Formats: sequence, C-alpha cells, structure tokens
Amino acid sequence: MSARETILANIMANQPVSQDLPQIDLQAVIHYDNVLQQFKTVLESIGGKTLEIKDWQELQAMMESDQAAGKRIINAISELGNIDETLSTMKAEELAMVQRAYIKAGIAVAENGSVWVDEAAMVNRLLPFIAEHLVLVIEQKNIVANMHHAYQQVASFETGFGMFLAGPSKTADIEQSLVIGAHGARSLLVCILPS
Amino acid sequence: MKIGLFIPCYIDQFYPGVGVASLELLEKLGCEVSFPLNQTCCGQPMANSGFEAMSKGCDKNFVKNFKGFDYIVAPSGSCVLHIKEHLHDEEDPRAAEQIRACVYELTEFLVDVLKVGSLQASFPFKVGLHTSCHGQRGLHLASMSELVAPAFSKPGTLLNMVKGIEVSRPKRVDECCGFGGTFCVFEEAVSVKMGKDRIGEHQDNEVEYITGVDTSCLMHLEGILRRQGSKIKTIHIAEILNSRL
Amino acid sequence: MSSLAKLTHAEAAEQFIADEPRTDWHDDTLWFVREKRDKAVNSIPEWEQLRQWASDIKYHGLSNMHQLLVDFEKNAIANCIEVHWAVDAKEHNELIYKIIQDNQIERIVKSKSMLTEECHLNEFLTEKGVEVVDTDLGERIVQFRKEAPSHIVLPAIHLKKQDVSETFHEHLGTEKGNNDPQYLTEAARGHLRDKFIASELAITGVNFAIAETGGFVVCTNEGNADMGAHAAKIHIACMGFEKIIPKAEHLAVFLRLLARSATGQPITTYSSHFSKPRAGQQMHLVIVDNGRSRQLGREEFRNSLKCIRCAACFNTCPVYRRSGGHSYHTAVAGPIGSILNPNLDMQANKDLPFASTLCGSCSNVCPVKINIHEQLYLWRQTITKEGLAPKTKTIAMWGMSEVLAHPAIYRLAGKMGRWVVKYLPFLTNNAMNPWFKQREMPQAPKESFRDWYLNNKQK
Repeated sequence: MSARETILANIMANQPVSQDLPQIDLQAVIHYDNVLQQFKTVLESIGGKTLEIKDWQELQAMMESDQAAGKRIINAISELGNIDETLSTMKAEELAMVQRAYIKAGIAVAENGSVWVDEAAMVNRLLPFIAEHLVLVIEQKNIVANMHHAYQQVASFETGFGMFLAGPSKTADIEQSLVIGAHGARSLLVCILPS
Repeated sequence: MKIGLFIPCYIDQFYPGVGVASLELLEKLGCEVSFPLNQTCCGQPMANSGFEAMSKGCDKNFVKNFKGFDYIVAPSGSCVLHIKEHLHDEEDPRAAEQIRACVYELTEFLVDVLKVGSLQASFPFKVGLHTSCHGQRGLHLASMSELVAPAFSKPGTLLNMVKGIEVSRPKRVDECCGFGGTFCVFEEAVSVKMGKDRIGEHQDNEVEYITGVDTSCLMHLEGILRRQGSKIKTIHIAEILNSRL
Repeated sequence: MSSLAKLTHAEAAEQFIADEPRTDWHDDTLWFVREKRDKAVNSIPEWEQLRQWASDIKYHGLSNMHQLLVDFEKNAIANCIEVHWAVDAKEHNELIYKIIQDNQIERIVKSKSMLTEECHLNEFLTEKGVEVVDTDLGERIVQFRKEAPSHIVLPAIHLKKQDVSETFHEHLGTEKGNNDPQYLTEAARGHLRDKFIASELAITGVNFAIAETGGFVVCTNEGNADMGAHAAKIHIACMGFEKIIPKAEHLAVFLRLLARSATGQPITTYSSHFSKPRAGQQMHLVIVDNGRSRQLGREEFRNSLKCIRCAACFNTCPVYRRSGGHSYHTAVAGPIGSILNPNLDMQANKDLPFASTLCGSCSNVCPVKINIHEQLYLWRQTITKEGLAPKTKTIAMWGMSEVLAHPAIYRLAGKMGRWVVKYLPFLTNNAMNPWFKQREMPQAPKESFRDWYLNNKQK
C-alpha cells in the first residue's frame, strides 16, 4: 500500500462518528459603533500608522515627494500611475532595493487592524514583504467589524496568494522585547480614502 | 437533612482541628451531622499517581460509609472533586452515583445549599486567600482568571461575613501552589519553587495568615513557611468561619 | 537535544531551578505573555463561545478526516500543488530530501514548523550534508547554539539577551557586549536577508489547510515564511493531517483565537493564504501521519489533535514556567506536549504526564478547549497499566492502597505515623524524604479527628 492509502485507511478505521459543524451566529460576535475609529486604534496599537486622505491626488503627491527625495519606490496601484511591467517577474535581488511600495488593499478589519491584500493587488508576491516600508490604501466603506464578516467578502483563495496583513513586521524573540522590522516591512502606513 | 461529614485522611491524622471546626460550624448552622467511623480516604493519592485501579478498595469503603446520606460534606475541594469525578463501585453502582451527586465541599455547601447570609464569626487578622485549583477549576468555587466570565468566589463571600478580617489576594490570583498530590515529592524542586512563589506574593500583602479550602495546599505551604522561619501561619477556612476571636 | 535527553522531567527541572534568579526571570517573562493573552481575550465578549465553535469545528474535522483529506488533496492538485503523503517522520524526511536532490538544491531556508522539529528534519538533512537555515529569529538563535527550541512560539525564550549577544558576536560578528534587542534583531535581519535572496528552496509549516479550497494558511509575525516562500523557486509546506479544517470561513474563528491566545496580539502580522504556486514555481505539500491516526483512534486522547499550537498552555503552566522547555526533552514541550508525546513514544515520555499538578489552567486557556489536564490524568493511568511505572512507586502505592482500603489498618498506621513524626522525627526528617528537603513535616497532634470525635461527641 502507498503511504497515502495506509494513512487514509488508518484514519477511516479510527475516526469517530461524524459530528455536525456548529452554526456560527454572526449576531453573537463583536460589532463596533464606529468601525473606522476601532480600526485606527487597533492598527496603531500594533505598530501601524493610519492617515485619512481626501483623494488619490493626495497620495500621488506623497509618492512624488518620495521620488523627488531620491527614494526607490514601487507603485502597484493603477490609480496612482503606471505599474512597472516588469514588476510581476522582478527577482528578490532587485526588490530588496525597494524603499517604499504602494499597494491597494481590499477589506479592512476593525477588530484586529488587518487588511486583505491579494496577488492581484501586490502584482509580485514578494513585494509587500521585501520592501523596506509599505503604504497600503483602503476605502473606508471596506472596513468591516470582524473576521467573520471579512471572510464573507474576500475571495481568500482565488488569486493564488493573499493575506491579512496587520502592522509592520515584528518579533519579540529576544527576551520578549518588541522589535519592529524583523524580516518584512519596517513600517506600515494605511491610507484611508473616504467612501 | 442528614449530613455525613467526610474528613479526608491527612486531616484526620494531622489536622484534627479542621475537622472539629467543620463539624462545629455545620452544627451551629443547624445541621444534623454524623461522622461515619470507618472512613479512610477518597483514593486520590493512588489515582493521581496513575494507579486508579488500586483505589477500588478505598472506593468500596467510601460507599459503605457514606451510603444513604442526603449530603456529604468535606473541608477539602480536592478530595470532593475526586469523589465527584472518579468514585465507582461495581457492586453498588447506584449508591456510588448517588454519592457523586450529593458530595459537597464545605464552602460550596454553605453558600449553595444552606445559602448562608451571615455568620457569627470574628477573626481580626490580615488573611491572604489561597485559591486551591481543584476546588476552583474543578468544583467552580470561584471564577477562573483564564475565562471571560463574571468574577465570584464562594470562599471569598463567606470570609467577607467574618468580623474584623482583612482579606487580600495574591498578585497572581489563582496560580497553583505546587502541592499536586504525589507531585510534591516526585517533582520536589518545582513543587517547592511554586510554593515559595505563592508565599512571596502573600508576603508582599503583609498577611498574618494564609487560608484556603484545601488543607493539602496549606500543609505544603506551612511546611515551607516553617522551614523559612516565617511568622505567617496557615489556617483552614473552616477554622476562620468557626472562630470567635 | 543535548545531554538533557537522558534526564527525566523532574531531574532536568531540578537543574533548571538551581539557578533561582534565572528561574524567576523565565517565570515572569512567560507570565507576562499570559497577562497579554488575558487582556486580549477580555476584549472579546464572545470569547468562550468562540472557543466552543473552534472546538466543535475541529471535532467535526476529526470525525470527517478521511473525506476532508480526500477533498483537500483533489482541490490542491487542481491548483497545481504537488501533494505528498508520509506515514512517519522517516518518510517525511526522505520525501523532502528527494525533492532537494531531484532539483539539485543547495541553499535552503526554513520557517518555523513544529512538525519538522518533531521529525528531526534538520538533523536528518545535516547528516546528508544539506544545510538548512532556520529563519525565525528565535529558531536561528537556537540553531547557532545547537540547541532545540524550548517553546513552540518563542523558541529562544530560555535565553537572555546577553546569551543572544554572545551567540551573534560569535556567528555574525556583532559588537561584543552589545545586548540591545533592536541592534541584535537588525543584525539578524541583514544576515537572513542575504539567505532569503540566495535561497532556492523554502520549507514552511502550515497552520490551517482548507479542504474546500485546497489552500493553506501560514501565520508569522516576522514575515520569514513569506520571504522564503516567495523568493525561492520551490516551496515545500509540511503539515500533520490534523491541520485540516473544512471551509475558508472557519478561518475567521481560528485566526481570531490563535494570536490572542499565543501572544495577546489581535492577529499575527501575516496570515498568508497560499493556493497556487506563482508562475514558474513548484509548490509541494507534505501530509504527515507519524502516529496521529493512532491517536485519532484513542477515544480518551483524540481531542489532543485539535491543537493549533498557540502555546497558551505553556505560558500559563506553573510547572513549565519554572522548569523550562528543555526539561520536557521533546519537540513540543509544555502541557500539550505531555499529552501528545506519550503517543509518539510511551516509554521515552512516560515521565511527562506526571510533570503537572493537574491544576487545570491549561484546559482553561486552550482556544480549542482540549481537556489537557484530564488527559494528563488519563495518560498516567495508561502508562501505569502498560507497566511503565517505576517499581518502587508501584510497591509504595500498593502499600498505601492496602492501608487505606482497611479502616482498622489505616487507624493503626495513622497512630504509628503520628507517633513516629512526634517521637522519632529522624525517620522522616531526613534527606531521603523529598518532602523534608525544603519543607518541615506537619506537626503530629496527640489525637486524630476520629479519636476526638469518639471522646467528645459520642460519649
């Protein structure tokens, strides 16, 4: 017998009588009066920053001033300008030089300060991890209260890769001292567009 | 209401005062209490060491002694929990089942069954309350710091009825003292370290006594306190609730 | 696992505690994590309900494991993931070695995976001459020191920053005596960035695998799993089969519980959902049994397979905090390890279910409501039934049970015992008696309660 057959046969022989799945009551889970405020508070408590912006122009100006300062930036947001055609195939060596990446996010979650970013938005899977600093953009109407609502709206496995991202990379592996900027982005700014 | 007083073996042998206080307290509260003379032990020492099979003799003896009471009350959360969870008797399974259903730890009995609202007790000392695990997490004598649930404490409620007492809780309000049955000898180093740490937090509160619902925990803490030459004494909660100082 | 492997938990714990200030520090550091967990869970009013849902979803998973695995495999293959099966640790290691050889790989990075620790993958590959770089900061630290992780979430929690500083000075050339965690982390970031960029193959663990989509989720705070997986041309993810959950929507329940239970964070920084390899990449998934199907068949112990490896039971355990992870001499330490490891090797791990006071705190913090302390009790019974208890203990217990089963003998023994403690204290107050090493014996009263009762109440 193959390993697969052996394992599946042992499981079949040993698994208990089937028990139904529980009903998740979405009325019984946490809600917030002001999801925007909750989202901002939580994200800032885990090391992220938030900025409410008026429109895309404001963000464009930010990006332009980065460029003017000589920073190596990568834009993955079509509303902000052309996306580099080679981005999807860029290798780690090249991406490692990126100082700031601009990426559009989808759903944001008030209870934990995370935002959904998928492969379609990041263009290159490595980009949001390897860039030194990260700027994400969400629309205020996309903030939901909790993870149950978030999973109702995100196509979590459809693009090949996606993630909930909550704050900058961090570690507390040395004596439980929190250090921001372990392997991934050293800072995360989430810009919030009005709905 | 016929009450059988269950006095665990080590209380019988080493802390008779706890038994006396429990009996007097229950009688003061108007209960008719008798002490079955041939009782020994709940069988927990063997069972917790992995020898549940060897506790059958104890079980049988327990059933013989405590069959037919309306309530069985003991001044020990740990022994009561063991009876509740593990008492079996192949020859008389219904008696064992009935016993499991009517066995109570003393403070639980006072609060839930007698619904005591006041006590004629006075104990003008600073007392630290040790929350014994089996009573708390097993019998739910008090809320548990791990759970998201309203706070309560049956022993605490009763202590608050005592005149002159000043009750404090250690910083880690319900951490284990490290007694753990035979754990206290087979894992001696960890056991003692845990006990020392509990004592340290009570010391920070400048208590004169440490109390609790389980003499086993208190015996372990007392052993360390005496070795340290500490002035802090241990006292079972029954002795406080029964005191007239 | 160094020399500690030969010691029992009690012996290793005694050595650990010998350095009392360091034990206090270890205890406080982990208690701090427990406090952060408490704060986080108290912000969720439905926390206890959430635990129940998680526990029930996991039980549904265990009771439908066969079908869920078949579905998962079908969906994963449809998404171009190569699925492999391994009956035991040896097969798991050999499978991975074969992928390495077939692709002529030399540079490998690995993020945290307790399964690969359980299978001793690093040792296996090292013997074959293959170097694996652990990329989780804590794991890299212990890898440099040739130690095992002492905690499944905080692998280097047994070390102080001075220890890390010395290790990094030796291996990374950091400034001697610079103990600043920020500085040390920065040094590791630079060192590991080079490894990520150069790596050809990345190994990761799996936190959750979703039957209905054939995808899987990996959670980290550092971003190291993703740095590896997205930079390398081959990604191998390894999972015990119990990581399966039915649907993507169930991730909501588990991701709400995991980080809050583990570190008190509302969610891990990165909760990465993998479902297809990127263009030109190979993605392999190894499904491992290694004793899990046996545990599934043990009614009393199958719920241990619900574990999501948050380590909340470690942080709350008063014994773990005062004995350190290495005293458990296994890949997964702490209370959950003490109910998982006897299934892997009962003889070698027969001491672990006894390394507990059965206080029950572990079961209360467990996000999937595993009855850990009850299973510890049940493993004690199983181990004794298998004849694995020490002979002296068996004899002592037999003697005790005989005394306690017979009221007359009990009364006589009690009288003698009290008499001995009172008049011949040297028989009990000596170094052979572990109670007396650091504790006084109880003072013997002149009469038992029963004697008092007969004299005062029945006259």
